[in-house]
Amino acid sequence: MADRSGERGSAATAATLAVFLTVFVGITLYYFITKKWWYPPPINDFGREIDAQFSRTFLITGITFVASQLGLAWVVWRYRANGGRAKHFEGNNRFEAVWTTATIVLFVGLGIFGRQAWAQLHFNQPPADAMVIEVTGKQFNWIFRYPGADGEFGRTAPNFVDETNPAGIDPKDAKGQDDVVTLTLGVPVGREIKLIEKSQDVTHGFFVRELRLKQDALPGMVIPVHFHIDPDKVGEYEIACTQLCGSGHHRMRATLKAMTEADFEKWLANEKAQ
Amino acid sequence: MGAHAGAGHVHAPPQGFLWKYIFSKDHKVIGIQYYLLALVAVFTGMALSVLMRIHLVWPTVKLPFFSGDPTPEQYLALMTMHGTIMVFMVLTTAPQSGFGNYFLPIQIGAADMAFPTLNMMSFWTTFISFVCLIAAFFVEGGAPISGWTAYSPLSTLGSISGPGEGLGQTMWVISIAFFCAASLMGAINFITTVIDLRARGLTMMRLPLTVWAWFITAILSLLAFGVLLSAGILMLLDRLAGTSFFIPGGLVVSGVVQSQHTGGSPLLWQHLFWFFGHPEVYIAIVPGMGVASHTLSLFARKPVFGYRAMVYAMSAIGILGFMVWGHHMFVSGMSPYTGFAFSLMTMAIGVPSAIKTFNWLGTLWGGQIRFTSAMLYAVGFVTLFVSGGLSGLFLAQPSVDLYLHNTYFVPAHFHLVMGVAAIFGMFTATYLWFPKATGRKLNETLGKLHFWITLPGTYAIFMPMHYLGLAGAPRRYADATAVQFLPPLQPIQHFISIAAFVTIAAQLLFLINLIWSLKFGEKAETNPWEATTLEWTIPSPPPFDNFAGHEPSVYRGPYEYGLPGYKEDYLPQSVEPGKLVTEAGD
Repeated sequence: MADRSGERGSAATAATLAVFLTVFVGITLYYFITKKWWYPPPINDFGREIDAQFSRTFLITGITFVASQLGLAWVVWRYRANGGRAKHFEGNNRFEAVWTTATIVLFVGLGIFGRQAWAQLHFNQPPADAMVIEVTGKQFNWIFRYPGADGEFGRTAPNFVDETNPAGIDPKDAKGQDDVVTLTLGVPVGREIKLIEKSQDVTHGFFVRELRLKQDALPGMVIPVHFHIDPDKVGEYEIACTQLCGSGHHRMRATLKAMTEADFEKWLANEKAQ
Repeated sequence: MGAHAGAGHVHAPPQGFLWKYIFSKDHKVIGIQYYLLALVAVFTGMALSVLMRIHLVWPTVKLPFFSGDPTPEQYLALMTMHGTIMVFMVLTTAPQSGFGNYFLPIQIGAADMAFPTLNMMSFWTTFISFVCLIAAFFVEGGAPISGWTAYSPLSTLGSISGPGEGLGQTMWVISIAFFCAASLMGAINFITTVIDLRARGLTMMRLPLTVWAWFITAILSLLAFGVLLSAGILMLLDRLAGTSFFIPGGLVVSGVVQSQHTGGSPLLWQHLFWFFGHPEVYIAIVPGMGVASHTLSLFARKPVFGYRAMVYAMSAIGILGFMVWGHHMFVSGMSPYTGFAFSLMTMAIGVPSAIKTFNWLGTLWGGQIRFTSAMLYAVGFVTLFVSGGLSGLFLAQPSVDLYLHNTYFVPAHFHLVMGVAAIFGMFTATYLWFPKATGRKLNETLGKLHFWITLPGTYAIFMPMHYLGLAGAPRRYADATAVQFLPPLQPIQHFISIAAFVTIAAQLLFLINLIWSLKFGEKAETNPWEATTLEWTIPSPPPFDNFAGHEPSVYRGPYEYGLPGYKEDYLPQSVEPGKLVTEAGD
């Protein structure tokens, strides 16, 4: 006779499994709903739009998660072996059609809903009067460059890069004379900022949590992004590197300093003097 | 050999230890060789993760096997090697090449794979690849630090870009190239075997879902590994021959102008890598889907709910899997116009995944579930796949990914859905088929103890990583407190480390079970689980030529369980309709 050891104690095993899955769902939800560890508040509309899309996604995945885990818990408990014979049935095309259609509508619909924020970042051009700042990643710090009074950046070349000229500005280019190079990203609040991302060596990643903005800086490419910070969100925010760039990856950080327009002008003048 | 030789052709068993166990052409021996390789690799990979977890929470503790005080590059080398070993040497070898080699020919009624010599070469090429990879630890500069994704130019500029980026990274690329070549050989063999060597009556729609899974995985391997092989060769040329496929001009690294390189594209590497890399995650998980479906039906004593739906869903996952690689690159600088397309394709891949989940639940529904260790792991597979899969819906959207990309949310997602879920698939397969391969069962008590530590432990490790990711903690940081918002998250890191130590220690139970049961396990009969498929019609362990020179005939589908009117609740695929015993006893 074939061994049916799997049947012995099936009630205890089924109960344990069902209870475990239920408790697991409970704990997971508890931390998602109490938001004990969560993203910091956004500092612009773009961030709020991304958070809204996150919430929509959380709602749909959350319901699916709870329903399928608890469904699994229920079937393993309800249909544990009791010495009888299983109900023989297979397939139900109506069910298949219903859950296929439902998931297509939910998942793909969710994706379509999310396109707004992406378009805002990449397809909507920043206004013409946006402040242009160049950010360059190098192992292992960020360099920021402001075009100065002429509004234009000086030419750069690899051979000019050294300790005193980290951005590699061509000293003969007149446009570069008034460029301001800093190690902190100072910006005025309430104004659109166009950030031009570059890298001198390997790939880096520019990330500010409060902006909900992340963009790799790739060597050989110039990648523009844009953002603004709400007028009431003056403060300091952390810039972290989010693309593995070598042994000092974790310490490649800088500060985003959001200031009022007047403070910003003072700050920039001060940076220039240094 | 004849294309339709099936089990009918006879080849004599080899003599001598060397030809029987080392350079064997027997698919069963090769399957076990792959399994043992993966076993060595998985314990190596876990040991590396223990060291990583130690470093993250006790950064000043000196790590064993390293000279000198702990450094960031030690952590990054551990991380790179952990990822590479786990993805290639574990998740790609055991589910497909290990179990597939052993059981695919038997489940289709064949005496061996279509190309036994190629099969042997495939294993030994994989072995060379593994040795080459491990050797990277011991060369000058140590193992590479660029992650398993090896983004250029960090990975292509040589030792000037970082420690481990010298000979260590070169060894890494060579290892990957060997691995690709081996996988291509295996893929051709699997595809040919399924198409040509099926027993009489075994139509495609009567194949066990395990065979379908291995077949689809082989097609994915054939299409994906060719691309990675070419990309790897280009990277090797960049490193050794002075080409610039992936390196742009005008770089200044550590103050030195890299004038020898010009005109290449770092994005090209990312595209080629992820064109392989995304199908690769399905190469890892699809065999697990097959074995989970198979096992759920067997121990629920019910047919798979929607067999065809399962086949179509796996095929759809395979096809869509080649159209979604860009979701790894939303923040890479690739054209933002492609973002939306890649996003919708990725969301669409959730559909066949959901179909599979519904069908697994439908399979259990109304069943008579026997909670063997194999069954527990199959149920574990389903819960892990659901938990890990759903977080994919966040990462699939370019807007939400702007925040979550390269945070701990990502390792949380992929470890659950393609890492541990695939490992649970392997545990399922091991508990299910160990009796067939060895003639003895694994110890059920140890097996259950192992399960009851491993499933909660897995969740304890990877669920909290979601919260780290939500708080914005970047992954791949050697110092978990490097950025100001990170120190408050350290309690989570401590919790994860402790959970990892306990869960990894529990894997020794599995190892002990394997070794102990080999000698002392309960003896297994031909068909200890009352199953229907062909492997349960031959002795345990199977003889050299599987079906003793005769070709079995197949009369029905693989999941005929619980059919009313018959004495037994299972109808083996190869029993003639007239010889089935009905309830009346005639």
